[in-house]
Amino acid sequence: MIVELGHLALVIALGFSVLLTLFGLAGGASGHQRVMAATPSFVAAQFVFVALAYATLTYAFVNDDFSVAYVAANSNSLLPWYYKFSAVWGAHEGSFLLWTLIMSGWTLAVAVKGRDLPDTFLARVLGVMGLLSFGFLSFMLWTSNPFDRLVPMTPAEGSDLNPLLQDFGLVVHPPMLYTGYVGFSVAFSFAIAALLSGRLDTAWARWSRPWTNIAWAFLTLGITLGSWWAYYELGWGGWWFWDPVENASFMPWLAGTALVHCLAVTEKRGAFKSWTLLLAITTFSLSLLGAFIVRSGVLTSVHAFAVDPTRGIFILVFLFVVVGGSLLLYAARASVIRSSISYQFLSREAFLLLNNILLIIAMALVLLGTLYPLAYEAVTGGDKISVGVPYFNAGFVPLMLVLAAALGIAPALNWKRTSAVQAYRQLRWVLAASVVLGIAVPLLATGAVRWEIALTLVLAFWIVGSHLLDLGGRLRKGVTRIPLAYVGMSLAHFGFAAALLGVALTSQLSIEKDLRMGPGDTVVLGTMEFEFNGAAEVSGPNYVAQRGTFSVRDGTNRFALQPEKRSYFASSSVMTEAAIDAGLLRDVYISLGESLGDGDWAVRIQIKPFVRWIWLGGLLMALGGSLAIADARYRRLRKRMIAQNLIAAG
Amino acid sequence: MRPKRRNRLIIIVFLFAGAGISVALVLVALNENLNVFYPPDQVVGGGAPVDTQIRAGGMVLDGSVARRADGLDVAFVLTDYQGAEFTVYYRGILPDLFREGQGILVQGQLGSDGVFQASQVLAKHDENYMPPELAGMSPDKRTARNLLNYDR
Repeated sequence: MIVELGHLALVIALGFSVLLTLFGLAGGASGHQRVMAATPSFVAAQFVFVALAYATLTYAFVNDDFSVAYVAANSNSLLPWYYKFSAVWGAHEGSFLLWTLIMSGWTLAVAVKGRDLPDTFLARVLGVMGLLSFGFLSFMLWTSNPFDRLVPMTPAEGSDLNPLLQDFGLVVHPPMLYTGYVGFSVAFSFAIAALLSGRLDTAWARWSRPWTNIAWAFLTLGITLGSWWAYYELGWGGWWFWDPVENASFMPWLAGTALVHCLAVTEKRGAFKSWTLLLAITTFSLSLLGAFIVRSGVLTSVHAFAVDPTRGIFILVFLFVVVGGSLLLYAARASVIRSSISYQFLSREAFLLLNNILLIIAMALVLLGTLYPLAYEAVTGGDKISVGVPYFNAGFVPLMLVLAAALGIAPALNWKRTSAVQAYRQLRWVLAASVVLGIAVPLLATGAVRWEIALTLVLAFWIVGSHLLDLGGRLRKGVTRIPLAYVGMSLAHFGFAAALLGVALTSQLSIEKDLRMGPGDTVVLGTMEFEFNGAAEVSGPNYVAQRGTFSVRDGTNRFALQPEKRSYFASSSVMTEAAIDAGLLRDVYISLGESLGDGDWAVRIQIKPFVRWIWLGGLLMALGGSLAIADARYRRLRKRMIAQNLIAAG
Repeated sequence: MRPKRRNRLIIIVFLFAGAGISVALVLVALNENLNVFYPPDQVVGGGAPVDTQIRAGGMVLDGSVARRADGLDVAFVLTDYQGAEFTVYYRGILPDLFREGQGILVQGQLGSDGVFQASQVLAKHDENYMPPELAGMSPDKRTARNLLNYDR
């Protein structure tokens, strides 16, 4: 009975999304106060009913209601209670319900926080967001209802949550990722509302900037958590696979990063106005494309949730309507934009343009590599191919290196024009110091220099050095208050340098060895000695495991690592639970392969230097992005807008 | 030149240089890293190129998995259950979901002796997931059971 209420709540929420769309768009177009005034209550009602549906599904999970097909497929009475909460988003239907909940949450946030926006603009934004919610809710109700029952053939027991997902990483990764994905719908809706109203000055950019930053920060956090989770939970120490589903989240991230930078130029200088609009549309379209890739199962992926053509077709049509519609609108309206801003090559504008070009090329590269197999299959009539990892690395790495080199120059640049002599004077010592350090540090630490490592170190020192120099210059000039937005920007750029370093050092210096080990066998890797002490059986709440014990000796430092091979009862699936000794300078990573008989095991031992820096970098970037929105500038802006509205109403 | 025109020129030069370089890079990289997939009947029937990096796939034949007594060398047979079978050699750790009767993908090179030297073995991600490359093959008993999913 409760479950039917959840289904009913979704239907009601769908009704409110229709009302929201109609009232929002019609009110925005006509300017009728009473029509527009109704929209916030529809937003609230839509949120309440989606939240109710979500609570109902959670209730079904917690109470082991296996008459619900989705619960039966993704839970089990032995599943620990905390995973019953996160199992709600463990598979397709429920994760889409979470997605829709987050969508209506963002809509609610815009309705509350955006009260100071001009009425017609806000009404249009909410109308567009309502239309998106309508699309998501229809998708759920027509193709992926999480409340479908298995009556009368109710199973006595559920087939359990995929063991890979029974982990803290899954508790946090999807909500963060979806909050980021869906958050770009705000920038998208602002752009569409601006296009609809024809008011294409820089105001919309100023309003949408904090929303875009926070969505970007969430997406950054989501991707970082996903990479970390894959690293420790998939059991083999990989942190990025260029898998189609990873690419699906990475493409909106790249476009979103470009958007965050481009909005700065539009807000401060009024340049790149039409490009920013197009980027806002592109970023959210890539989020939808990501949803299509993940949910349709059209691409070979270790993540593929479901292979169901009707879902794929629905999302493809939705994608077509959203992207096609907004691009048509863009084509019809954006041509009136004129900007008469001039700037020279050595200026902040030109470098932000360079940033955008590099990021968009990187995005296009990933897009091509991700969709090429689909196109190939369609053209050749069924031949299947996959694009190898070296393709992505070959294109992506040089682009990021150029980006890093340019980023080091950025703090020395002014808007409009910069004297080359002055920039050179400001940066020459940083440049010299980073080259010296970049070569000296690996030489002193390891006694050898590899050019790949030296190059990345130079670039990382270059970015950090030039940013610190700029900060020092500001402090010396007697600037007492450094704006939070500036701190956020610097942190995010430090994060980029840290991630760059982590990626390069891990890829270049990791030691990895697959071998067969019996009790008492020892092996030396790098400076460490590993001894295998055999494996024994241990049992967990819903699994039984073989637990191996390794003694590791690194100079005087000794520690033990205990990787496991788990066999889960309900799904009879086997899982590798790696043992990791984590550190800022290196991780030691041991995983058990299969038992080879006579107490012998297939074992993979890895030493991964600086791997944590990848996620540290991601965290810094996310922190930087969220600090920027807490800047006092936005509070002042808000007060000013309230004052203006009062005068206008006056 | 007026500043506005010069700006435009800068942008255009930028775009063309960037686009040119990246298109060149992309085409080279893409061509070198395409792995074409071949089902068992093409691997056996000579439809697949020899000594070239390719992907192949099939179901692991029951009872065909053999390991050497030392080291990590393993051999197994992939089949489409319709008469086409070929042997795969691999040195390393097999994925957790590698089991007899399961659909798997291998990446590597087919030798002129008809034996596939795999550098990578990929298995299904979970019980319900079938690599799309293998979806066309006739489902065996296990896959049918996976679809029902509740009778365990």
